[in-house]
Amino acid sequence: MGKIIAFIVIILLAILLIPFISVKWKGMITVTTVTFIAILSGSLAFQALSGENAEFLFTGSSVTGEIPVRIDALSGWFIVIINFTCITGAIYGLHYMKAYRSQKSNLSLHCISFILVHSSLICICSLQNAIAFLIAWEIMALSSFILIIFEHYKRETLNAGINFLIQSHICIMFLTLGFIWVAMRMNSYDFKAITLFSSANSLLTGVALFLCFFFGFAIKAGFVPFHTWLPYAHPAAPSHVSGIMSGVIIKIGIFGMMRMLLLIKIDYLVIGYFILFISIVSGIYGVMLAIVQHNLKRLLAYHSIENIGIIGIGIGIGCIGVGMENQLLAVLGFAGALLHTLNHSLFKSLLFYGAGNVYQSTHTMDIEKLGGLSKQMPHTAFLFLMSALAICGLPPFNGFISEFLIYNGLFTGLYASDNALTLSVVSGIFALALIGGLAMLCFTKAFGSVFLGTARYNLQHPAEESNFGKLMPMYAVFILIIAIGLFPKPFVIALSEPLHLFTYHLHNNIPLERLQITATMSMIGWCSVAFSGMAGLIFLLRKIMVSNKPQTINVTWGCGYIAPTAKMQYTASAFVRTYRKLAEPVLSIHKKKKEIQGIFPKSGGQETHPYDKTEEWFIDYPLQQLKKFFNRFIFLQNGNLQFYILYGVAFITLVLIVPLAFDYLKALIKFLNQL
Amino acid sequence: MVSFILIILASLAFTGVIIRTKSITSGRKGPGIFQPMKDLIRLFKKGAVYSKTTSFIFQVAPSIYFASVLIAIMVIPLGQYKGIISFEGDFVFFAYVLGTGKFFSIISALDTGSSFEGMGASREALFSMFAEPAFFILMGSFALLTGHTSFQEIFASLHFGSYISYILGVLATFVLAMITMVENSRMPIDDPNTHLELTMVHEVMILDNSGFDLGMILYATSLKFAMYGALIANLFMGSFPIYLIIPIFFVIQLLFAVSVGILESFTARFRMNHNAQYILALSSVAFLIFLGVLLVLGQFN
Repeated sequence: MGKIIAFIVIILLAILLIPFISVKWKGMITVTTVTFIAILSGSLAFQALSGENAEFLFTGSSVTGEIPVRIDALSGWFIVIINFTCITGAIYGLHYMKAYRSQKSNLSLHCISFILVHSSLICICSLQNAIAFLIAWEIMALSSFILIIFEHYKRETLNAGINFLIQSHICIMFLTLGFIWVAMRMNSYDFKAITLFSSANSLLTGVALFLCFFFGFAIKAGFVPFHTWLPYAHPAAPSHVSGIMSGVIIKIGIFGMMRMLLLIKIDYLVIGYFILFISIVSGIYGVMLAIVQHNLKRLLAYHSIENIGIIGIGIGIGCIGVGMENQLLAVLGFAGALLHTLNHSLFKSLLFYGAGNVYQSTHTMDIEKLGGLSKQMPHTAFLFLMSALAICGLPPFNGFISEFLIYNGLFTGLYASDNALTLSVVSGIFALALIGGLAMLCFTKAFGSVFLGTARYNLQHPAEESNFGKLMPMYAVFILIIAIGLFPKPFVIALSEPLHLFTYHLHNNIPLERLQITATMSMIGWCSVAFSGMAGLIFLLRKIMVSNKPQTINVTWGCGYIAPTAKMQYTASAFVRTYRKLAEPVLSIHKKKKEIQGIFPKSGGQETHPYDKTEEWFIDYPLQQLKKFFNRFIFLQNGNLQFYILYGVAFITLVLIVPLAFDYLKALIKFLNQL
Repeated sequence: MVSFILIILASLAFTGVIIRTKSITSGRKGPGIFQPMKDLIRLFKKGAVYSKTTSFIFQVAPSIYFASVLIAIMVIPLGQYKGIISFEGDFVFFAYVLGTGKFFSIISALDTGSSFEGMGASREALFSMFAEPAFFILMGSFALLTGHTSFQEIFASLHFGSYISYILGVLATFVLAMITMVENSRMPIDDPNTHLELTMVHEVMILDNSGFDLGMILYATSLKFAMYGALIANLFMGSFPIYLIIPIFFVIQLLFAVSVGILESFTARFRMNHNAQYILALSSVAFLIFLGVLLVLGQFN
């Protein structure tokens, strides 16, 4: 209990303090507060992960009822992820925001919101009372809105922020609906009521209730077609905020989904197929759109959708496993999903920090304008490359470990002689392999055109490497990425408690340590070590062999052409042109083309503006129709004051007359009846 | 361990056999079988020219690419004899390790800032991406058929069930052979000998590599050929004793090399913009194998 009170006191103190201190110290206070919060909640989370659940009870008010704070292994796992990313984000942000020192009040608001986001995320993981949960959720939504619109003087940023705010509230609406449904029947806001409610009612009710929560959480997590806020909000926010949003805020949707899976008694098989299907669509669609983006941060945002898809495939497989009473399948699915949640929070935040370095150094995020940065920014280039390899799921990095778990789950699912399962599992394998390949295309494009080759564009500022303060948290994330990649076994073992929550009720449930999977994990670790070692050894051998040979530096070979310019190199759009041609029916790309004409041609050019087809269909089209409909009444708004007064008068008369007329009508009918 | 040594041995002559076959079919005298290896040794002894555009990526990429191929070879078994690396789901590791190597070779091509190498890199990234699902569905089908998820267990127990598995083996050979051609950028997909940069894939990516690096990249091609050849050989070896396996292995490698040579002599290259569709169609052949497996298992009733 002491820890929770300390938690609240620290947050309140920091929030009260921040507006009154100098700009220099605001960031420091934020970092210390975030660290303290992380230590307090982290200790409880680690306890939970080792099997000791923490449970406290607040009396609450007459409206909310008792407010239980329960930290079980699932909450623990997510709290650990949130803490790590928020600490690195805060330290990175401390140095990132130095460029904005002149905006004092804006910075105070930013710092306070940052602390609020971190603490509300932890609260969401641990509060188990519907109303308290929704309040925490709302605090998170509002404070992340403020974080996003830090550069509110830019129109685009504000648009993105409002888009985010509206979609967050649609998400909250779904959640509220679900909670109210339960509370209405059970008269309690405790999460335990959800379990009671769903076990007292039919499975179909359970599925309906789950879907209600699922839509809510899916908007936050960014499953297709609920993803449309993501590609706007991520590029608009400052980079450390994008890192945290992509790393942990969207993951809270995954947390909610998994929490509901634990709470609601449902037909796991049906839900499993449903989640698997929607995740496959999200995964493929996300990465397909990512490839054609020109804005580096937006490209990364679409990749979050892809990775949410991969996590979802894991959850789907896990649910099917629980539904079929197949422990191995359930363990592989959920372990893959949970580990990928951690992994994605690492490499995606690292990628966003890298993009932040690039942005602060070059003041642009347009991939087509960048190039050759690896020479001026070697550390950033190295870290970006490593995280790019990790996000593509390549060994020896962490992304491979979780994707391998999911692959393994899919292959295990093959053996169950059930046609529906076999077919969905095969489509899962197909999807995952395709996603892997597409991700590679995307990140070779992103890394290649931003960091390699020569500069394409005369930047106003010479690009330079970021300072140690920004690189330090990035290297911390990088070390963890490598650690998971090379020594995955302890991280999978750490998952045994959260996995136990999902599988303990299955018969013949054996502990995780005794499953084949842990042995495989250590084997993969050693193989990855061997791979890195082998690469190092060969490189060393090459160095020795080459050392006494003549080496010359020359220009890139241009097939006889001796005046190479930066304009000759492949651009990012050219790199993915063949792909774009193939994928054009699925994507929606607006092209602007100016052909070269005449004997002495003037300049020509081509611009492509990728757009999202689901957004076009599900959001833009209905809005357009609505607008069209309301435009028919535009004559009412003619700007003439007299008319507006007339409307007022008409309205008041109407209000007065209608009940009167109703009464008369009733009297008339009564009279007619009496006849 | 045995498979590793055998594949290395086979790789020494593989490209030579292809070139010899091609020269015989076109009526030329042609170089000896070990000429490509002699060329490699010459390359290994040479100095290098580096473009001033390149960064550290260009220096490390060939080593990583070569290491990835070596590690991938270690995964491959020989019939019932395990490779050096073997665990549940090792073929996922196999495919992804090769992916790491490919990632580096692609970005090292982009590192030169050349107009041609970017073109090759773009094509290689796209083509190998489309080949990947075919490979996974193929392996998934065999996993379903045999009930195992590691190369060694799959190949060791492939032919216990029914003789239809040999037919599936032939289909799988087709898919694997085509994947080999895609991965090595050979004939129906790409012609390494055209020397018209606009139509090349892999060769155009390594225009700027020289000396030791180029040697490694070229040798990796031979290794990759022998590696996929070993996979194909494994489809038919089953659980024969070792004194039968080694001859079978070399015969199949030889047959594979000769058929690659013949294929390269008598087919024309596809149009570049149809390549992607063609490669994606491989996945449908893999699906055919999958349906065949379902048939064998009697899941259609």
